[in-house]
Amino acid sequence: MTPTPAPSATRLDPRYLIAFLITLILVAAQFRYHMVGGYDRLAVALLTCLATEALLSWFVRGRIVNLQSAYISGLSLTLLIKPQGGALWPFVLGGFLAIASKYVLQYRGNHLWNPTNFAITTLLLAAPSRISVLSHQWGNDLPTNLVIWCFGLAITARVRVLHITLAYVASFLLLNGLRSGLLGQPLLPEIAPITGPMYQLFVFFMITDPRTVVRGRRWQVLVAVIIAVIEALIRLASDQAWALPIAFNAAPALVALALVGPVAKWIDLRRSPRATEAGRPAA
Amino acid sequence: MRRAIVAIPFFAVIGLAIRLDEGPIRPPADAAHPGFVLRDETEAAGIHFVHRRPTFDRKIANVEPHVAAVGASVSVADADGDGWPDLYFTNSRFGQPNALYRNRGDGTFEDIAAAAGLADLNRAGEGVSMGSVWGDVDNDGREDVLVYRYGYLALFRNLDGHRFQDVTSAAGLRRWVNSNGAIWLDYDRDGLLDLYVTAYFRDEIDLWHLATTRIMHNSFEFASNGGKNLLFHNLGGGRFEDVTDRLGVGSTRWTLAAASADFNDDGWPDIYLANDYGPEELYLNDRGRRFTLTTAGLESESKSGMSVALGDAYNRGRLDVFVTNISERGYLFQNNNLRLNLMPDAGRFQKVADASVADAGWAWGAQFGDLNNDGTSELFVANGFISADPDRSYWYSMSKIAGANSRLFEDAATWPAFGNASLSGYERSRVFLNRGLSGWVDVAESVGVRDRYDGRAVALADLSNRGVLDVIVANQNQPALLYRTYPDSGNNWVAFRLVATRSNRSAIGAELVLESGSGTQRRIVDGGMGFASQNDRRPHFGLGHAEWVDRVVIRWPSGARQVLHHLAVNQFHTVTEPRR
Repeated sequence: MTPTPAPSATRLDPRYLIAFLITLILVAAQFRYHMVGGYDRLAVALLTCLATEALLSWFVRGRIVNLQSAYISGLSLTLLIKPQGGALWPFVLGGFLAIASKYVLQYRGNHLWNPTNFAITTLLLAAPSRISVLSHQWGNDLPTNLVIWCFGLAITARVRVLHITLAYVASFLLLNGLRSGLLGQPLLPEIAPITGPMYQLFVFFMITDPRTVVRGRRWQVLVAVIIAVIEALIRLASDQAWALPIAFNAAPALVALALVGPVAKWIDLRRSPRATEAGRPAA
Repeated sequence: MRRAIVAIPFFAVIGLAIRLDEGPIRPPADAAHPGFVLRDETEAAGIHFVHRRPTFDRKIANVEPHVAAVGASVSVADADGDGWPDLYFTNSRFGQPNALYRNRGDGTFEDIAAAAGLADLNRAGEGVSMGSVWGDVDNDGREDVLVYRYGYLALFRNLDGHRFQDVTSAAGLRRWVNSNGAIWLDYDRDGLLDLYVTAYFRDEIDLWHLATTRIMHNSFEFASNGGKNLLFHNLGGGRFEDVTDRLGVGSTRWTLAAASADFNDDGWPDIYLANDYGPEELYLNDRGRRFTLTTAGLESESKSGMSVALGDAYNRGRLDVFVTNISERGYLFQNNNLRLNLMPDAGRFQKVADASVADAGWAWGAQFGDLNNDGTSELFVANGFISADPDRSYWYSMSKIAGANSRLFEDAATWPAFGNASLSGYERSRVFLNRGLSGWVDVAESVGVRDRYDGRAVALADLSNRGVLDVIVANQNQPALLYRTYPDSGNNWVAFRLVATRSNRSAIGAELVLESGSGTQRRIVDGGMGFASQNDRRPHFGLGHAEWVDRVVIRWPSGARQVLHHLAVNQFHTVTEPRR
């Protein structure tokens, strides 16, 4: 696995922008809505992610890699995981799983899952009685939503993954509109989740993760659409009260990405044996 | 090779997460021997009350199970003054009667509500009952009752212990308030009970004749468009005056419960609020002239406060606060708040993180009480929101709108239809055994609490005057329950009947600090706490093996302080407030 190329003097490493955006979201969410739930959580998640990344990269690769990715994972976990009581262990286990998944679940030197997506989905499947995913926070107010969406869209455009975000959002709206019509349910509640904070983190950070998206703009759009299709199918099953694991009902988008993302990445790597360079932004 | 080595802890951590999902790796040691049992003796006691939920305007039929999910309440009062605590349950459907169960003193009860004039309170145009709070408003030695409704408030004067007279209009209290709670307190220490009424839906909303369906909260975390809470000053002569704005206590945060105590030990009763869709609020009393909303560390968390219980959690001689919230696996862990009162020293509360107390499901009413008389207070928590089709859950639908913009869910018409879905239904009550610094442990199963009703109000009372706190639970749209408590023998207790002279006659708000071999404990004479409930007005202390009480300090609502020494145990002590 080769390291990420150093950013050129004229072009900012996209991860800096992503790190900036998620930091902005966390700071705004905390100061306006006190939604972190305790600085101890933030400290534990960050320390776990950074320490795990430093240790594993040194152990596996012989040197410590750039820790920005671990920083983003730590902040994402802090925002998205809500533990039972004051438990901190979900942040320790989640942080470790997120980072370690990059070193364990690989194909041809590339990791397959977005680290945070893998950690949260795994925790929700493994320990749903102790962990919930962020479902409502953020005040439900329009100005906050608009600010986050504006920054998010601007930064994804700058990082050249805006088409992925837009493809997913358009597919989500279309498919859930169809689902609404199919089931005879009101439209607005079906498309409402897209304005929630979990989806904001999802569309700006997870499905656009440069390290786990497939190559080629067309293929990236296709995968985003497939993720939305799988999510809509999960929702259809939930509508019918199928006995699915709670993770499917509580976080269908995260589960859909966890199912589709690695398969798409695996196919992408398999069809092009030369594409084994880790860390190469796909866009 | 190195990747393979990393894989070992990786998969071990996944296994550990699966294991931790089952519970703590080291389970609590003494859960099987809590020192008491609770027996469901509802039937034997002759209590046959079944709550019926309301029905509303068909415009909100899609969310009616949610909107109509409150109203089961229970309050304890010695209505006829015979020395035996009676029970008053409210009903919430037009035509369904409330029930006043008179305690016969032999372990059985009889419903005398109809004869007393307290049954037929759920009528079109008047509203449906949500709860009641008892107190001697006119200091005549008999406790009167305020019934709060989704509708008009109703104040009844206790004429002779058997008949009650509606004096609402004469008292100036005929106000339409969509209320889920009310408490008595004497905020200005003038010897007359004042009234604080919490409001949920806005007061212009008539849930049977809706002009709009935009009646819901405007945020799931920081809603501020609820009804306005009201404070009524007792002027004497049977009249009340609305002093809400002058005193600064008109919160519009969807308050579900309130409790009053002197949290900062300045001698004046403060008001603590549990708000749905918002942070808790503490209003500090500035010498009866005004209340000040203080932060006290409460503003940093926004949850769904359902109930405020006051108790001395760790025998520090302080009244701590327990506020219930919502927990649902996978979806939401708001976690209940056990807040230690540090107000006198540090001007704030400190939340105690304890997973077992934090997660009780969709928790409603809760009360502190020493159920095994060992000298520390247990916690009884009622749970469960809506039990309907056990195979259909509304949580998935709830998760869709909870992250939406407020414009969407403020309109009840846009909510996904409930149908026959459950929402955190069939949950069991929790009984948390207090093990001090070793934490709390749920012993509900082992002490015999196994019902799966949708619990709402919980009240504690010594129904047989035997030095034991029994538990009464009002369940939503379901039968009420009476759990008789049977502690292991050997522990001592003491309880007090307070007769006020300068303070309000019920002595509501009097705080007692008891010192004995089992430590220092504080209790308050209850003017309403928990959710839609009120406990026995006679403070009860478990003493463990302590064979006498060293000292009791009573601070009466008037401000008078009284000290008692070397009291005998295992009996009620009647204490009269010094006249000067």
